[in-house]
Amino acid sequence: MSEPLWRTGRWSDEHVELFVGNLLRWGVIIAAAVTFIGGALFLSLHGGRIADYHVFHGQPNALKSVSDVVANALRLQPEAVIQLGLLLLIATPIARVALSLLAFVKQHDRTYIVVTTVVLVLLLYSLTGAGA
Amino acid sequence: MSVLAMTGLVAIGSFAAGMLGALTGLGGGMIIVPMLTLVFGVDIRYAIGASLISVIATSSGAAAAYVREGYTNIRIGMFLEVATTVGALAGAYIAGLISTSAIAVIFSLVLAYSAYRSFQPREEHSIGGPPDKWATRLRMDGTYPTPQGLQPYTVHAVPTGFSLMFLAGILSGLLGIGSGAVKVLAMDQAMRLPFKVSTTTSNFMIGVTAAASAGVYLHRGYIDPVLAFPVMLGVLAGALTGARVLAGAKVRALRTVFTVVIVFLAVEMAYKGLRGGI
Repeated sequence: MSEPLWRTGRWSDEHVELFVGNLLRWGVIIAAAVTFIGGALFLSLHGGRIADYHVFHGQPNALKSVSDVVANALRLQPEAVIQLGLLLLIATPIARVALSLLAFVKQHDRTYIVVTTVVLVLLLYSLTGAGA
Repeated sequence: MSVLAMTGLVAIGSFAAGMLGALTGLGGGMIIVPMLTLVFGVDIRYAIGASLISVIATSSGAAAAYVREGYTNIRIGMFLEVATTVGALAGAYIAGLISTSAIAVIFSLVLAYSAYRSFQPREEHSIGGPPDKWATRLRMDGTYPTPQGLQPYTVHAVPTGFSLMFLAGILSGLLGIGSGAVKVLAMDQAMRLPFKVSTTTSNFMIGVTAAASAGVYLHRGYIDPVLAFPVMLGVLAGALTGARVLAGAKVRALRTVFTVVIVFLAVEMAYKGLRGGI
């Protein structure tokens, strides 16, 4: 892995791309691992249950907000651990947008600072549930 | 069926969908929703939630490899993301208002359109020529690596591309798919970007768009962790395997098979949707 950007202070496109590539790769690997662990935990405890997805019930509140998912995942509640893995996955493209914003700030590119901020705000608005 | 058995079957189906999606370039999301609703009898809202998650997984997984190659035009992607994220939030909102039957019928139309598009030859446009004034103002024109060195390209019809991206965002939020067909239409046909640039930039955008809708779906309780986990892991493993075997595969034959499957699913979904069976 290359030196972290904040240490070298070099924000050439090449450095940013390399860093973004690593961020995405590790984001996906970690998200998949957490999801897998939660899934294995769930199946070992409740694998014999009858599957019922035919009728829509919606998820309980404990699995619907970021803070509740994190709190329940820390208690090793299996469904919350899976949901945490899925949240980490949702976070990877958001992190990529955030990193692009930093790069545009470093490049003093005003137009794209505004454009990227709009996209990032929309993403966070959706994730924090302000829009639900 | 027990949860264990269903998880195994869904994982196998998702693996196949992810692999076919990567081999044909049509994306696995197109097939996840019909598979879950028609084969496994899953409510379409849970199916869309799980599909969105798998779309993000394939997008981020592929992007990790694409980023190094230097084709992605982050300025174009970010500017168009304004349209797709607003569209995705609107689409996810609309999904909560209309009936599941209506969603099924719209889904079948988009499936049929994607199948049709996949048979249209994708012609490389003459790159260059005078750019759009918006493209100049937004400094979108770029260069991309070719065997002959860096090749500059200009960007056309930005307002048309932006409008099409809004549509792509709505469809993504409403149906839980990547809307790759509409994104490619916008970037290849309207904005006339080189293939490599439009493919990689569209892939970047697909993940961000799906993340915007996924937030809304999460808070609505549409994302069922036990259903989504075999879908996500299956599609991801399938897409990575598909990308590896891509070199030696008979893509044309596969694409034909995949398209036939998609047309069949589209007809089945429209039929069930109209009868109120979904």
